[in-house]
Amino acid sequence: MAAIELRNVVKTFGPITAVDGLDLNVPEGICLGLLGPNGAGKSTTMRLLTGQAVADSGDLHVLGHELPAQSKPARAEMGVVPQLDNLDVDVTVEDNLAVYARLYRVKDVGAAVDRCLDLARLRDRRRDAVDKLSGGMRRRLLLARGLVHEPRLVLLDEPTVGLDPQIRTELWTLIGDLKSRGTTILMSTHYIEEAERLADEVAVMHRGKIISRGRPADLISEHAGRQTAEVYAPPQRLTELRVSAEAAGLKVRPAGPAIAIVGSEQARDGAVPEDAVVRAATLEDVFVLLTGEEAE
Amino acid sequence: MEASTQAQSRGRTMRRLEPAAIAGVMSREVANFRTYWKGTTFSSVLEPLVYLLAFGLGLSATLVDEVNGIPYIQFVGTGMVATAVIFSSALPAMFGTFVKHRFQNTYEAILAAPVDVEELVSAEMLWIGTRSVVTFFWGLDPEPGMLLTPLFAFVTALGFAGFGVAMAATVAKIDQFNYVTALFVTPLFLVAGTFFPIEGLPEGFQIVAQVNPLHQLVELVRGGAFGFEWQDLLRFAFLVVFAVATWRVAIHQMRKRLID
Repeated sequence: MAAIELRNVVKTFGPITAVDGLDLNVPEGICLGLLGPNGAGKSTTMRLLTGQAVADSGDLHVLGHELPAQSKPARAEMGVVPQLDNLDVDVTVEDNLAVYARLYRVKDVGAAVDRCLDLARLRDRRRDAVDKLSGGMRRRLLLARGLVHEPRLVLLDEPTVGLDPQIRTELWTLIGDLKSRGTTILMSTHYIEEAERLADEVAVMHRGKIISRGRPADLISEHAGRQTAEVYAPPQRLTELRVSAEAAGLKVRPAGPAIAIVGSEQARDGAVPEDAVVRAATLEDVFVLLTGEEAE
Repeated sequence: MEASTQAQSRGRTMRRLEPAAIAGVMSREVANFRTYWKGTTFSSVLEPLVYLLAFGLGLSATLVDEVNGIPYIQFVGTGMVATAVIFSSALPAMFGTFVKHRFQNTYEAILAAPVDVEELVSAEMLWIGTRSVVTFFWGLDPEPGMLLTPLFAFVTALGFAGFGVAMAATVAKIDQFNYVTALFVTPLFLVAGTFFPIEGLPEGFQIVAQVNPLHQLVELVRGGAFGFEWQDLLRFAFLVVFAVATWRVAIHQMRKRLID
């Protein structure tokens, strides 16, 4: 059974179509990265799955429950880690966890709190107010709060957005542990590295629909080939190189101050200049080619 | 996974208005209240005392001896006990709900759990109603008829909490609460018969006072202290209708605000 099954889902906000005929199937036990630029419809998709938005049309099933009618039992079995920190900052760490254990009808609240404190490595800070914690500790607590009822499915909405690299790495370790325990994860992100490191499969979302999906290595192979040549040069020369590479049938994308000639292994002599920096193709190449947006 | 820590709800149908969901939301309020109860309780006790001293002692010593046979200090005292309810219910409901929704994103987290808007609003109202009754107790005289008045205060507080939640779900910006306070809260407070009998007001104001839940509560509290009349049953029924009506309006408005 699929943990999440969306068929032809549409959600509009006035004139804006946030989700446009979305089809998404997330099998149990995998981590699916929902990768897309800002405004792609990722957060709306997450809100649809938690019943905080209702689709205009389409079929939605989560853990066998049909949404929105059976949203409540579906939510009982899934955990949500939001993009924004919404912990109760004046309340102690353990009380933050205990409240959500009760909201999720956990039988043994004390045991659940202890387990989450261990998970977040905050056992010795259990009686501290949240506003006394560091940024990394707060994010670990936020993640642990979403797991207080040991959900079968976890929705991670941009779990590391705006965090410094060290905290991001800490969270990736925690998410990796969760993945290794077989929990199904749907993770929306616009960080390429995050999707590459954590996701078994990546679905690229753009303008409200999935435009490509597969294992990261397969997506790279399918859309970007084996290698990419980056050329750094004055704008005039970059324009000339772009024109000649595209005339030779190669895909070219912007890469900050440079251009990236994707699939450069197929280039005939002269199509890639000798001063180009050649590297292995990445998911970032795929993302930019498919969405036309610069990656983060 | 340890079975003991798993959600009990797995595999069973979840109903509307589940006590466990309401208790869960209220437990969050209790956890937060433990961090700010001193300041709230201090102002809840002090404010009515200031009014009582200013109006009760000031006016009774100079201008008014008694109203309808009741010494003025007792007339104002019973009124102040009742009107404390509006400040401890409508205002916390308005500001608390707005802040939790707009600034703290608390409701987004709660609604991601198996809690629906109806349970969320009900829990918020019950919590504010309970808190208001605790405030109310501070001013009670130990009269036998007063035993029923916490119930009257609780029902009225529920109504004003519903009113506050509905307003919080309706305004676009927090400064728009100034309109709510100026147009509703202050007039309701002043035209409740707390400081003077409403019979002395122009006819239009008397009609407004009759549909003012706070006036009904003031009369019920005075009934508890000085003797009930049969009309007090109608007053209580009015308060129940007020509470139920604002509960449903609050749920409707919050659903519009929280669910896209």
